Amino acid sequence: MKKQKSYIWILSILSVIGFVGIWWFCCDVLKLTSSSTLPGPVTVIKTFIAKLSSSAPDGATLPQHIGSSLKIALGGWALGVVIGTPLGICMAWYKKVDLFARPIFDLLRPVPGLAWIPLMIILFGIGITPKIVTVFLSAFVPCVLNSYTGIRQTKDVHLWVGQTFGASDTQMLLNIAIPTALPMIMTGIRVALGAAWTCIVAAEMLASTKGLGYMIQQARGIYRPDIIICGMIAIGAIGAVFSGILSLIENKIVKGVRRDG
Amino acid sequence: MSKEIIVCKNMDKTFETSRGAVHVIEDVTLNVHENELLVLFGPGQCGKSTMINCMSGLEPVTEGSVEVNGKKVIKPGPDRGVVYQRMALFPWLTVMGNVEYGPKMRGVPKKERRERAQHYIELVGLKGFENSYPNQLSGGMQQRVGIARAYCNEPDVLFMDEPFGHLDAQTRYLMQEDLMKIWEKEKRTIVFVTNNIEEAIYLADRIIVMTNCPTKIKKEYKIDLPRPRNYVDEEFLKLREEISTVVDKAL
Repeated sequence: MKKQKSYIWILSILSVIGFVGIWWFCCDVLKLTSSSTLPGPVTVIKTFIAKLSSSAPDGATLPQHIGSSLKIALGGWALGVVIGTPLGICMAWYKKVDLFARPIFDLLRPVPGLAWIPLMIILFGIGITPKIVTVFLSAFVPCVLNSYTGIRQTKDVHLWVGQTFGASDTQMLLNIAIPTALPMIMTGIRVALGAAWTCIVAAEMLASTKGLGYMIQQARGIYRPDIIICGMIAIGAIGAVFSGILSLIENKIVKGVRRDG
Repeated sequence: MSKEIIVCKNMDKTFETSRGAVHVIEDVTLNVHENELLVLFGPGQCGKSTMINCMSGLEPVTEGSVEVNGKKVIKPGPDRGVVYQRMALFPWLTVMGNVEYGPKMRGVPKKERRERAQHYIELVGLKGFENSYPNQLSGGMQQRVGIARAYCNEPDVLFMDEPFGHLDAQTRYLMQEDLMKIWEKEKRTIVFVTNNIEEAIYLADRIIVMTNCPTKIKKEYKIDLPRPRNYVDEEFLKLREEISTVVDKAL
């Protein structure tokens, strides 16, 4: 079993190599497309390395763009987690909070994060604030939904056990309902980070002066598909790293639940 | 006769459901003595668990009253421990975490409750599994944790609601034997619900045979067989035969 596992890694590496290989073969060997519509991987890698330190042609280096996007995405996400998760927990546990908050939440929920941008631009201009608010809104929704659903999954028999041991309502929330919900809450936080990251890139394409989305949008204007692809690679890589880090944290925190069987 | 710990007077329970009232318990009057192992035995699904819920305080009785240790039962409390059928352990806590949960809720200092939990973990034979999570244990071991958890809170009364109901036959025999050993070592007042007649006769000081829905007392048997009992002993089989004829055959 263990030995098989170490070989199975190769499959994942093969898929990446295969993908890049086909790309390279089509663009650089067969020259199916001109490099101004779809450049090959070699060109993209060269641009990527150059872009790490060069601010031409869009006014900032790749790390600066990444930094700008990260700051807003993480800020909005953190806000979404800090406000959304407790709200979801309270809505699920306290009937009155649910009745109070639900109608507004149900109205806001179907509005995609991006649909907020026009209003935000009118309200706050194109600085950091409208983007943080937009990112916050798109991260907030999965946090509320997942913590709500998670708390609702608390088993009656666990609450009975709590009651027969004389646990108070707050103790049962903290010791029984929240641990039950923890896997769901963590998933919500992870989904929220994905949503935040998608949202910031899109928001930057619409209204911004910096950031990965802005860089991509500028590159489109001046026909530099190599820069666009660099931006996409950065977005994808950072998104994957986020997801990986949160999965690691999740496995550390959530105990005894995952390995059912 | 020793002191009466549980006193149920004319206990009656009706559930109001969307399909009308369901009469579950009818006029049950019942006393349980200190350190007695009382088995509620009856067919079907209806009534027995509800009786436990009423006695432990999870459900209010519709008529009559339940008193434990002279106090009227109106809500669940730490003086009444319950071992449930299954899946009642907290999966996010270790064996130790589960067993010390009760004392922790009552604010017993860490060192003291750890010692106490350790004692009961060893009593149920799970030494060495303190740091395991429930999903790493077999069904029988999980029920042992459930028993240790209920014991550890040191309640006046222990209710066991078909705790071995979902175990395979071999494990079930083993658990019955072990429960007897645990109980002989640390006597408690136990009310044990089962629909398995062998289990009932093996464990009980006294068996109350219940009828099916609405449940009421059909007959009472005092079991004086010496312990440990033998499932194929002549006396045992005779009792089994006798009680079988009394039980409702209806499902």
